[in-house]
Amino acid sequence: MSRIGVFVCHCGENIGATVDCAAVAKSCGDLPGVVVSTDYKYMCSDPGQNMIKEAIRDQKLTGVVVAACSPRMHEPTFRRACAEAGLNPFLCEMANLREHCSWVHERTPETTDKAIDLVRVMAEKVRRNRPLYPIKVPVTKTALVLGGGIAGIQAALDIANAGHKVVMVEREPSIGGHMAQLSETFPTLDCSQCILTPRMVEAARHPNITLYTYSELESVEGFIGNFKVRIRKKARSVDEKLCTGCGLCTQKCPNKRIPCEFNAQLGLRSAIYVPFPQAVPNKPVIDRERCTFFLKGKCKVCEKVCPTKAIRYDQQDEIVEHDIGAIVAATGYEVKGTDFFPEYGYGKYKDVITGLQFERLASASGPTQGVMKRPSDGKTPETVVFIACAGSRDPAKGIDYCSKICCMYTAKHAMLYKHKVHSGKAYVFYMDIRAGGKMYEEFVRRAIEEDGVKYVRGRVARIYEEDGQLIVKGADTLLGGEPLEIKADMVVLASAMVASPGAEQLAQTLKVSYDPYYFLSEAHPKLKPVETNTAGIMVAGACQAPKDIPESVAQASAAAAKVAGLFSQSELSREPIIAVVNRSAPPLFSTCVGCFLCESACPYKAIEREEIRGRDGQLIKTVAKINAGVCQGCGTCVALCRSKSIDLQGYTNDQVFAEVMAL
Amino acid sequence: MSEFEPKITAFVCNWCTYAGADLTGTSRIKYATNVRAIRLPCTGRIDFMLVLKAFAQGADGVIISGCHPGDCHYTAGNYHARRRWVLFRSLLGFVGVDTRRIKFAWVSAAEGAKWADLVNETVAEIRQLGPFKQYQELLALRHQPIEVA
Amino acid sequence: MRLGLYPGCSLLGSSREYAESLRAVAAQLGIEWQDVPDWNCCGASAAHSLNHDLALALPARILAQAEKAGIEELAVPCSACYSRLAITRHELLADEKLRRKIAGIIEMDLECKPKVLNVLEVLTRFTAGGLSDKVRQPFKRKVACYYGCYLVRPHKVLKFDRVEDPQSMDEIMKAVGADPIDWAYKTECCGAGFSVSRTDLVAKLSGKIVDDAVRRGAEAIVVACPMCHVNLDLRRGAIEKHKGRQYSIPVLYISQVVGLALGLDDQALGMHRHIVPVVFSEPREAGCCCAGHGEAAAPVGATEDEH
Repeated sequence: MSRIGVFVCHCGENIGATVDCAAVAKSCGDLPGVVVSTDYKYMCSDPGQNMIKEAIRDQKLTGVVVAACSPRMHEPTFRRACAEAGLNPFLCEMANLREHCSWVHERTPETTDKAIDLVRVMAEKVRRNRPLYPIKVPVTKTALVLGGGIAGIQAALDIANAGHKVVMVEREPSIGGHMAQLSETFPTLDCSQCILTPRMVEAARHPNITLYTYSELESVEGFIGNFKVRIRKKARSVDEKLCTGCGLCTQKCPNKRIPCEFNAQLGLRSAIYVPFPQAVPNKPVIDRERCTFFLKGKCKVCEKVCPTKAIRYDQQDEIVEHDIGAIVAATGYEVKGTDFFPEYGYGKYKDVITGLQFERLASASGPTQGVMKRPSDGKTPETVVFIACAGSRDPAKGIDYCSKICCMYTAKHAMLYKHKVHSGKAYVFYMDIRAGGKMYEEFVRRAIEEDGVKYVRGRVARIYEEDGQLIVKGADTLLGGEPLEIKADMVVLASAMVASPGAEQLAQTLKVSYDPYYFLSEAHPKLKPVETNTAGIMVAGACQAPKDIPESVAQASAAAAKVAGLFSQSELSREPIIAVVNRSAPPLFSTCVGCFLCESACPYKAIEREEIRGRDGQLIKTVAKINAGVCQGCGTCVALCRSKSIDLQGYTNDQVFAEVMAL
Repeated sequence: MSEFEPKITAFVCNWCTYAGADLTGTSRIKYATNVRAIRLPCTGRIDFMLVLKAFAQGADGVIISGCHPGDCHYTAGNYHARRRWVLFRSLLGFVGVDTRRIKFAWVSAAEGAKWADLVNETVAEIRQLGPFKQYQELLALRHQPIEVA
Repeated sequence: MRLGLYPGCSLLGSSREYAESLRAVAAQLGIEWQDVPDWNCCGASAAHSLNHDLALALPARILAQAEKAGIEELAVPCSACYSRLAITRHELLADEKLRRKIAGIIEMDLECKPKVLNVLEVLTRFTAGGLSDKVRQPFKRKVACYYGCYLVRPHKVLKFDRVEDPQSMDEIMKAVGADPIDWAYKTECCGAGFSVSRTDLVAKLSGKIVDDAVRRGAEAIVVACPMCHVNLDLRRGAIEKHKGRQYSIPVLYISQVVGLALGLDDQALGMHRHIVPVVFSEPREAGCCCAGHGEAAAPVGATEDEH
């Protein structure tokens, strides 16, 4: 038997001036199921709320309708008041007499009629409301961090330091990412590896962090707090427990003509290799696609020289499984190669290089030990042209966006070049200078004023080779478009920053949305920059959008905070507005026929299949089941269900049809 | 003889259109009183039986409004609603109902003015079309004896 | 193989040798040309800088005439004509209203069905299909393939070869035994229509082209466009005056090079019509088709030019 209380609020003059609240209260007193119907000036105030609480107790109300402002404003307030009075909060609904009525209409009888209609609709709904209780979901307090670059390392350390376990997965043989390849970082010109390697070591040694390098994510199942993750440990061909990192194998390997990935294809490495001297872990890997033994069955020098017999040619990939509570995707980026630019030679000019390749040239641990030598003949380049915005901000090349970091690193490169070649001439062709961070503008000015880098505002139309030099044909737009031809010894392209290879596949494995450029999508660009639309999966660093190191670190810490917040509870509490598939007694078990149209429609993959078996184990039918941990309560499956076997708690068919029928 | 005032029922999604209508209120933009909005979590929740029920209850017009494509709070609910709407409209057209009586729109939480315009336009249109008597006449047929020749 | 042919104005006038060599080569390759009946001028740069309708109507009429004659594929040797015809076809196929308007202007049925091909596209069909086999005297010379402006641009319309550093002409040259060089001026402008009104600009721009080709060791510049030929060959005097030195590098039409390789003689290929004599300073090797030319007196300063 329903005992509904209707409370009409004047909201001062806001409702009262336009709607005849007393009349509404009086009229609603006659509605079926309504036992008390009053009006008051300020329902959300303490006395107003007390009025509701007293009515709940005294009149033994089974439901409450507060006719006042928008539920988006005060539904939590009134629901809490009801809970405090002992009434299930989901038995309280609000009728919007302010935003949808008094504020948008004039003081006419029609307005009051509409107000009465709106209250009647909610009263009819409340009569059919059922008590609902928050859903508790257990949480596994282990995080998975995908990617071992600076963002991944930062997130892993923050989560580990907060006292939770972390599993880190990195595709390359060593962590460090692109930051390990940089020589110096802007705006301080700190040595990149010097600030990075302590963090790398800390991450590898941290008791809470389990590090898998040369490994990739194989599959993810489950939902927030309860993911089941499978990781593929690719075969290094080296027993990590026995290897001491002595490096003898890499020294003795006869196959040393393989383009080195760490040196951005500027140097060479051996088939068994450690990517760089400060690699973590400092254990080698055999490149099976180029190793003489794997290709032809000969050699085996590394096995012969290894003092601890750690070489294992027969090692296989291994799959490990982990239970994970939250995932942080920090898979980083890559830069477009010189072959992306037809006008700059389709990649055939050895002295036209990318910014990342320049970093390797400038780096003390690079192929030239930090001495400025151009790739083609090793001569010192006396004139270097830097081209900013190479590929970025260019719809014709399919990259509309700005890569954000290039203005800063181009200035840095020009400065590094001038520091190493004092007599050298550096030109930077730019469109705009984007130096928005702390001390960034000052950094660029330093390049121009102190280091004498010549900035030319214009684009470079063509580069071709002549007599061992590169002819750079550009224009100086600040001089009215005057064509400018420079004979350069080397050209550095600040090529566009794009999503890491395999980003699309990773996003699909994680079931996270991504944009047309394969950058992972954040849940809300302004207010939820580190979460994704998939509950429990956070995003950090350049895999979300081009960004520099300070921002990647900040975003990684933010993601870690979200994860720590998730782990701070032993159980996750969720709003009970979720869908439920009906269950009834045998022999029916459920009106669900197992068509699973709902399964394909659910945007969150929250619908599972449940097998209903008899006592003898025989399968009777397979029906749909909603995963209470994942369902977000949109109701799409409810509307789709042909047999009306699913209902949305809080907006059941009963309730909603009752609302419509009340009109 | 007072002018016919249409009765409009609106099914709106909580995250976009309901919020947009709230914004209309906060901005104090005035519109016609004929609309009664039913709040749902998402337009994907809308079973088109609800629309038929609204007409059965005497509505002369129905508005369905949700988030813009791509902006659905639940990612894809509005796409399902749109697909259903297209089928439903064909069905209604086939049956002979004037499809102008049902409006399908996207109103985001920032489009307070658009909501007001939508309401006003719909009310004006339905006023032109007149009361939706077809359904009522059809329902009345249930009570008439069938003559057998 | 039967192909439509739109010679265009230049091939009847200043580029007569292009037409001659093309017809001679076609006979060798088994191509039967079907000239477009009652063809008109394509309008070239003049029409499209004055009036959009005129610029479309003139090529449209050519396409309509070709269509009427049952031509499915139309070869257009002159690059400028090729550009006008290809772009017109592209525009009219994309805009039905415009096509009907132009059809009204020319008072003919206009479906724009015939495909427009440039001479490189035609010859490329043979490189895969045994051109090398037909070669009797490999043209063993270093050549600079000059594409000019119209053959590969705008890429969105023509969808042929690649815009920066195209390779189709280079491939044809390789097929006839030549050695195409990698050089910087493949698609740089020669000065085009300024040949008459601003010969000084042509001297400057074409001068750069000739200079680069010579400096990189080319023995001949190969073109597929009458305008390019005029600026690089006919205007050689102006170029030499501007640069203050002599250049004896000859400019050959691609059809002439192919013709030579196929064993046809100079007269048949119209070589005598060039301003810059088609001579090479020293014979390359025995069996090279140009062995005969080496005997003729080289122009003054010839030995200084070639590396």
